[in-house]
Amino acid sequence: MRDFLYHTDRFVLDLTQRLTDAIGIPWVVELIKMAAAAVLLVGLASVLGMVLIWIERKVAAHMQQRLGPMRVGPHGLLQTVADTLKLLAKEDITPKNADIIIYYLAPLITFAASFVCLSFLPYAPGMQAVRFNVGLLFVLGISSLGVLGILAAGWSSNNKWSMLGAMRGGAQIISYELSAALALLTAVIFTGSLDFHDIVESQREGWWIWRAPVVGLLGFVIYTIASTAECNRTPFDIVEGESELAAGFHTEYSAMKFAMFFLAEFVNIFIVSGVSATIFLGGWMPFHIGGMDGLNHVFDLIPPWVWFFGKVMALVFVVMWFRWTFPRLRVDQLMHFEWKFLMPVSFATVAVAAVLATGGWYFFSATPAAPVPQVAPKHENAKPTASGAHGERTWGTFRVQAVSFPNV
Amino acid sequence: MNVLAPTTPVATPTIDEYFVNMGPQHPSTHGVLRLVTRLAGETVLGMSPHLGYVHRGIEKMGEAQTAVQFTHLTSRLDYLSAHMNNWGWAMAVEQACNIAVPERAEYVRVILSELTRISSHQLWWGVFGMDLGAFTPFLYGFRDREKVNDIFEKTCGQRLTMNYIIPGGLMEDVEENFVKDTREFCEYFKPLIEEYERLLSGNIIIQERTKGVGILPPDLAKAYGVTGPTLRGSGVDYDVRKNHQYGVYDRFEWKTAVSDGCDSWARYKVRLEEMRQSLKIIEQALVGMPKEGPVRTKLPAVLRIPPGRYLSRCEAARGEIAFYLVGDGTPKPYRVKIRSAGFSNLSALPHIVKGWRVADIVTIMSTFDLVIPDIDR
Repeated sequence: MRDFLYHTDRFVLDLTQRLTDAIGIPWVVELIKMAAAAVLLVGLASVLGMVLIWIERKVAAHMQQRLGPMRVGPHGLLQTVADTLKLLAKEDITPKNADIIIYYLAPLITFAASFVCLSFLPYAPGMQAVRFNVGLLFVLGISSLGVLGILAAGWSSNNKWSMLGAMRGGAQIISYELSAALALLTAVIFTGSLDFHDIVESQREGWWIWRAPVVGLLGFVIYTIASTAECNRTPFDIVEGESELAAGFHTEYSAMKFAMFFLAEFVNIFIVSGVSATIFLGGWMPFHIGGMDGLNHVFDLIPPWVWFFGKVMALVFVVMWFRWTFPRLRVDQLMHFEWKFLMPVSFATVAVAAVLATGGWYFFSATPAAPVPQVAPKHENAKPTASGAHGERTWGTFRVQAVSFPNV
Repeated sequence: MNVLAPTTPVATPTIDEYFVNMGPQHPSTHGVLRLVTRLAGETVLGMSPHLGYVHRGIEKMGEAQTAVQFTHLTSRLDYLSAHMNNWGWAMAVEQACNIAVPERAEYVRVILSELTRISSHQLWWGVFGMDLGAFTPFLYGFRDREKVNDIFEKTCGQRLTMNYIIPGGLMEDVEENFVKDTREFCEYFKPLIEEYERLLSGNIIIQERTKGVGILPPDLAKAYGVTGPTLRGSGVDYDVRKNHQYGVYDRFEWKTAVSDGCDSWARYKVRLEEMRQSLKIIEQALVGMPKEGPVRTKLPAVLRIPPGRYLSRCEAARGEIAFYLVGDGTPKPYRVKIRSAGFSNLSALPHIVKGWRVADIVTIMSTFDLVIPDIDR
């Protein structure tokens, strides 16, 4: 039980050991682990969708001096379930002259792109479906695929408003991705690793938001702004722009196809908040100040996954707070803001971060920022691969495993 | 600049241009207005409003019923300034038949009209926020509008189509707590205007979205007969309550809210200031109102409109509403013509949206504060 709360990595290891003992065939164990991870993630995605939608409605309601959903279940907790059932039962409309294949594919692309990213986040020690030495890069890459879904939806719906929304979306998301990536880079420079697990481990002495003087905070703020834009949330929700474009790219979508877009939006919020929490706020790492062991032990009493979800939910709340207080920017103002302000600031932050990192001018620089990369335990039947040695095939260094964990 | 140049003629779009129908079903046209918009990408090349989706023939209906009966239809013109519309029509009939109005009724008319103006601007403020993408102001506006509606409901049993101000005075005397409720509302609402300012006006995005957007030059505004806060936002100090004084407005100390910014921001600020001025008028009227007395002049059982032409004008929440009444000696008007603020305001719109973005159409239209049944009638 203690392992389950605090040492999830040991818990997983133990479970694997028992499974191996019971079954004896390593690849079957791996298969079971993969299946378990997949089921857990699907469960997480759907629960997240439901819970976040409920939270959003409650946050909105209380900011607007009303109660929000109250009828279905205690405090309307089951409202989203009811809404999902309604969406399942609704008529699925396809507009005349829509490009059928693309029209059907678009919500899937958007949803898949955000769902895949869930498997890279480290929820607790050892609780990471895919550990990957360039995980951060991969998440950035995959999450940009979401824009394809938006473009496809707008293009295929045969509606001018959808089209306008999609074109806005394409321009916006591609622009803001640059700032988001640069902001994440500030922390990566200090960590020296793109592996989510290593990034979290590197914050054992303190979170990068304060450990990297000023630039950490700056990077965090820039990422928060840019990621809000990437999720198409107010004040950057020009893609949907309900008062201008009816509903933007998903105007013509109904029933479950619309639900996919809706779910993807909320999973996306969770992912960008998760990435932000992992990179700048230590992920599942409790609040630590290097050297102050007494204090650190107190914070260690809170289980890591509570830390992770607590941080993520706090960030999600901030994003919702934006939505219910800010008006929307105009499309050209949005572009001005990104290219003439946010981007130069991000570049400056990265440049300063590089100087600070090489000079060692950050808190607790004596301890190595990045722990010596640990080689994840190899499967007995896995071919030995060189870990990043020069001259090797690059793909050989990508270690994709279902539920991998460090040797602790 | 030739201010009367026709709107961009509708032509076959080139490869970069396309037409979109903004409305009749669109979240920002606030009703069934259809704006055929010619775009190049996001930029507006031209726009032409198409009306008639809620045309009910109210003017024609006025010829089919007696002048007193017609009062009830005027509430359906601009449903957000129902009291003012009633008052405007009542004034036309009173002028025609030479009816004097008791003093108490005059005060109540002023108070109710100013309350209506406040409630209309509250709604506008909320909707303005929503048009710019901020949903929260909408509910704040409605929260406070509810208080005004409660007063109306207690007074005349209605919350939207009042039918309370009739030729000769009021339908009946106000309810006993009217003065107390109204005073409480003034105390309640005064600090909330500052809250409105804090929630929207101080926001950098709002300022970026409205400052310098949708310039309505004074000469263009005058040429199209733009009135109300929209005109005063262009720096023209014209208010029917001052310039063509009616009722007992001359007994109160207040200023017309004028701003010479000519842009959406100026129109926004003018409306906020108007709410403050309306509160001022209401407070003075509550003090000056006779404690009791008749509120209704006894009218003959059949009120015949003497032959002649009569015109009354009234400052509604959106601008000047005028009733032109032609009588032929029968109880029914020979002709009723209504000059509504919305129609004239809308006619200036196509000229000032050119060159702006799609999102700016929404901003500009929102600061014009259009109510479609007022335009279509």
